[in-house]
Amino acid sequence: MPDFARRIPVGRYRGLHPVTKAILAMVGAIVALGVRGWTGPAVVLAAVVLSGALAGVLRRMALFALATIPLVVSILLVNTFLYPNARDAIVTVGPLSPTWTGATAALQATMRVVAFGMSAAVFALTTPIDDLLTELERRGLGRRGAFVVGSALGAIPRMVERAREVVDAQRARGLDTEGGPWRRFKGLVPLLGPVILGALGEVEERTMALEARAFTAPGRRTLLRRLPDSRRQQLARWLLLLGSICLVVVSLSGVVKLP
Amino acid sequence: MSAGLVLAGVSYRYAGALGAALAAVDLRLEPGRVVGVAGANESGKSTLCLVVAGLAPSVIGGRLDGSVRIDGVETAATRPHELAQRCGLLFQNASTQLSNTTATVLEEVAFGPCNLGLPAAEVVERVWWALRAVGIEPLAPRDPARLSGGQGQLVALASVLALRPSYLVLDEPTSELDPAGTRLVAEALARIAGETGAGILLVEHKTEVLAHIADDVVVLERGTVALSGPAAEVLADPRLVELGVEPPAQVRLERAVRAAGLEWSAALAEAIE
Repeated sequence: MPDFARRIPVGRYRGLHPVTKAILAMVGAIVALGVRGWTGPAVVLAAVVLSGALAGVLRRMALFALATIPLVVSILLVNTFLYPNARDAIVTVGPLSPTWTGATAALQATMRVVAFGMSAAVFALTTPIDDLLTELERRGLGRRGAFVVGSALGAIPRMVERAREVVDAQRARGLDTEGGPWRRFKGLVPLLGPVILGALGEVEERTMALEARAFTAPGRRTLLRRLPDSRRQQLARWLLLLGSICLVVVSLSGVVKLP
Repeated sequence: MSAGLVLAGVSYRYAGALGAALAAVDLRLEPGRVVGVAGANESGKSTLCLVVAGLAPSVIGGRLDGSVRIDGVETAATRPHELAQRCGLLFQNASTQLSNTTATVLEEVAFGPCNLGLPAAEVVERVWWALRAVGIEPLAPRDPARLSGGQGQLVALASVLALRPSYLVLDEPTSELDPAGTRLVAEALARIAGETGAGILLVEHKTEVLAHIADDVVVLERGTVALSGPAAEVLADPRLVELGVEPPAQVRLERAVRAAGLEWSAALAEAIE
């Protein structure tokens, strides 16, 4: 196999095995959501910022952070204004009375959500999908499962390209897709039919093309790529998983009081 | 076991259709030969490809009568993945044939052999062989999603070849290509026919391509064989236009020269070619 096809990832964080990165993301989620108090989300946030910096994806992580805004806003509003049985009002304006207890709970919940989101972001931004699928297939995921995930992700750029072609065709026939948001939205409606029907129309040809490439052959597929996976990483994965579960149990049981 | 891809009295009707898309078609393709198929739209060319490759009726349903044999083996009794190793099928649109799951052309071409579960070394050997046969080795590290139409079609062709089929069925492989892309594919097909010994059934609207590489040509009309014979004879047949097929430029030029009362010489034909 030539080197360009091996594509061994390089870099301190990117060079980790995809399963190790997946476990790190999972551990981040477990600790961020499962450990009581500020410690869990704060530790995870610090860890994801550090790994994001190591992988050089801090800037792109900001986009994922933006995606959590709707959820964060609702958490802040609901908790600050409607926290049950909280009486320490910050201020009272008519029927509204935000509380310190609610605000604190809201901030903590926000940190949990953001830590969880960033943990997933670091994984998504540093792990090529084919690396992950190769490893999952090596670990027993069927060829159909791997193909469905891989081709669905691969189809997104194709759908975007098709949408662009349909927009150009519709514009050539006088459809106005410029202007304000409402006008743009109305301009989208005539595109949906051709884009969706076109994609569906390709399904039969794709199915036949797969048959013509022996996709339904019995047995396991040959996997050409093998990503390096050291014993140290394998051990670290188990330790991380067990450690995070222990931490959650200790935190929830109250044996150790974490801030 | 008789070598060759043989259709005997083949009729095919799509599921739910009233009429037959193919009716009593007889056709023979020998290893190392190229048979061109031409015909107007809806004449049954694409259906013929699906029937020959064994996808109709096994994948798309419908009713098949008659016999389709590849080297003596009945396609109806053969499973699709086994058939894929006997008869490769290439569609018009390269983008629907590529798997969309690979990062390099090398891995895309390896998709079929990997499906067969072959040893990795054999997969890699087959891939380089197919890339060489089609003449696209330099494309091996490229992203399949970022190729031109002609390059994409060549990658799809190499992907089919990597399964080492004895026969290739190509359904208008140049229909979506510009002249440069068409030339690329036509040259690759001529090379494959000469070097690999595969029998090629080539459905093609562009009769120049058929004139260039086909040994024999079959013209379909409403699902039946209207003309068949050596390429030079069929492509010069005056009934071709009535059947919705445009003769090659050289034939049209020869007719125009003769109609103008001028003399058409072999030297002139050679010079044009």
